[in-house]
Amino acid sequence: MAAPASAPRTRRRIPWSVVGFLAPALVIYTVFMVLPLLDSLRRSLFTASGELAGLDNYVTLLTDPDWAPRFWGAFANNIVFFAIHMLVQNPVGLLLAVLLTTRVLRGRTVYRTLIFAPTVLSVVIIGFIWKLILSPLWGVMEGAMEAVGLGDFYLPWLGLQGPALIVVSLMSVWQFVGIPMLLFSAALLSIPDEIIEAARTDGAGAWRIFRSIQLPLILPTVGIVAILTFVGNFNAFDLVYTVQGGLAGPEFSTDLFGTYFFRTFFGFQLQLGDPVMGATVAGMMFLIILFGVCLYLFGAQRRLQRVDP
Amino acid sequence: MAGTRQDRLGISPTAAGKHAILIGYSFIAIAPVALIIINSFKERMPIFKQPLDLPTAETFTLAGYETLGKRGDFGAWLGNSVLVTGGSLLLVLLLGAMAAFALARYRFMGSRVLGLYLAIGIMIPIRLGTVSLLGILQGLGLTNQLAGLVLVYTAAGLPLAVFVLSAFFREVPRDLEDAARVDGANDWHVFAMIVRLARPALAAVAILTMIPVWNDLWWPLVAAPGVPTLTLGSQQFLGQFVSDWNAVLAALTVAMIPMLVLYVVFNRQFVRGLMGGALK
Repeated sequence: MAAPASAPRTRRRIPWSVVGFLAPALVIYTVFMVLPLLDSLRRSLFTASGELAGLDNYVTLLTDPDWAPRFWGAFANNIVFFAIHMLVQNPVGLLLAVLLTTRVLRGRTVYRTLIFAPTVLSVVIIGFIWKLILSPLWGVMEGAMEAVGLGDFYLPWLGLQGPALIVVSLMSVWQFVGIPMLLFSAALLSIPDEIIEAARTDGAGAWRIFRSIQLPLILPTVGIVAILTFVGNFNAFDLVYTVQGGLAGPEFSTDLFGTYFFRTFFGFQLQLGDPVMGATVAGMMFLIILFGVCLYLFGAQRRLQRVDP
Repeated sequence: MAGTRQDRLGISPTAAGKHAILIGYSFIAIAPVALIIINSFKERMPIFKQPLDLPTAETFTLAGYETLGKRGDFGAWLGNSVLVTGGSLLLVLLLGAMAAFALARYRFMGSRVLGLYLAIGIMIPIRLGTVSLLGILQGLGLTNQLAGLVLVYTAAGLPLAVFVLSAFFREVPRDLEDAARVDGANDWHVFAMIVRLARPALAAVAILTMIPVWNDLWWPLVAAPGVPTLTLGSQQFLGQFVSDWNAVLAALTVAMIPMLVLYVVFNRQFVRGLMGGALK
């Protein structure tokens, strides 16, 4: 992407000043991020006493009756968590972005400021706010639903196995909808006005313009939003830990990889911490995230080749 | 464009529909936050009986805030958060800009590989290395130290910082640098000059770095529970005082305020930072 005007100077041996510029960042990044990641992966291949275990720990995690149900439970829950973000957060973010980037719209900044506000707050705070609001003790949600005639539909969702995961996912959607909104807004604003104007002159309606012009042009951003959502969701921890506790209740129905990893490594209540199995859970999370990232890069690569042979 | 005048007055049916949706969603986004803040200033009974009312002369109280003053260590937690976030920001911006400068302005053996090596960290969460990273922090005597958190967040923040800043530095015309070098500028002078030109990008990186560090629960919880940040401290306080509604609502409000104030004051930078500078 380097502009021709700023083509770097010709290849040469590494000048000493470059070493000075790069070294501090590389050292901190390597020591505190890359080495721990690699070492954690290495530990997942050994037993607690340091003997090579090959893939035994992974086999235990995926098949042993003591480990597998919780692992696959967290896996399924995490997929639901991600699906709700893809089906609710990102379409709503896109809708808001389309509305906010309409050429003539008063109050654009006010709307954007308000809608984005929850995103800058801590997940812990957001989790507690919703926990209080949904609590039957306070009764705010119940009262609000009664006011619009839906009182009969109120339930203490966070305590119910079926709805708890959906409600926790929606809390997260509520908090983070601002991110796809901003990313989609940026992409929509970069579409030249002339194209939209020309289509409108030809009689295209708002939906037609969106379907045939805007959506195809912002597809790269759709991909970026999807992969950011994926990585964020498969490593989420704070919200479930705050709202439902380390045991991700009721009956582990809101357990995600993040909380499962936490319990496995550090232990929780009666369960003892297990560094080796912790490293193994982290290893599985690493493989899943890597799989998603590779899928994204592969897709992005192909699209670029199609558009720009 | 036909209808522009109507749109501007906000009376055409389409515009009215758009405003209705946006007002509706803005309400959904802000009402829960407002509800907490409003009720934190009310007596216990009105919190339950009239949760939607603003505090009046009769229902107003600061009881929750007094409990915080007595029992919570909010001042210390806030201080810890400021030190950790400030330290991480400083290191990410300084070291990230230096590395980005080297990668963007020089071509040398392995510069592309180094760029890729750093870029991997954008997508892989540092949490996955927790098992080993805790051992490293222990070995260095950095557990329960704010410095340990700063180093972890710096390592996690550098990849994106280098990526964003090096893209920006590449756009700075070569002629500027050549002119400065003719005038006798050394590498550090050129670096300082380019950094000055990149202030918008630095602001964007600062925002992208600050939000997750300030709000993080994981690393304070696992690596430094002895020196709680505001996020960890509030999390524990809230769990402990569940039945004292005044204190809980006041704690939530106090924990929200620093970020909300920053957000309102630097709203433009927040939005621009997250939109990648696309919004003028």
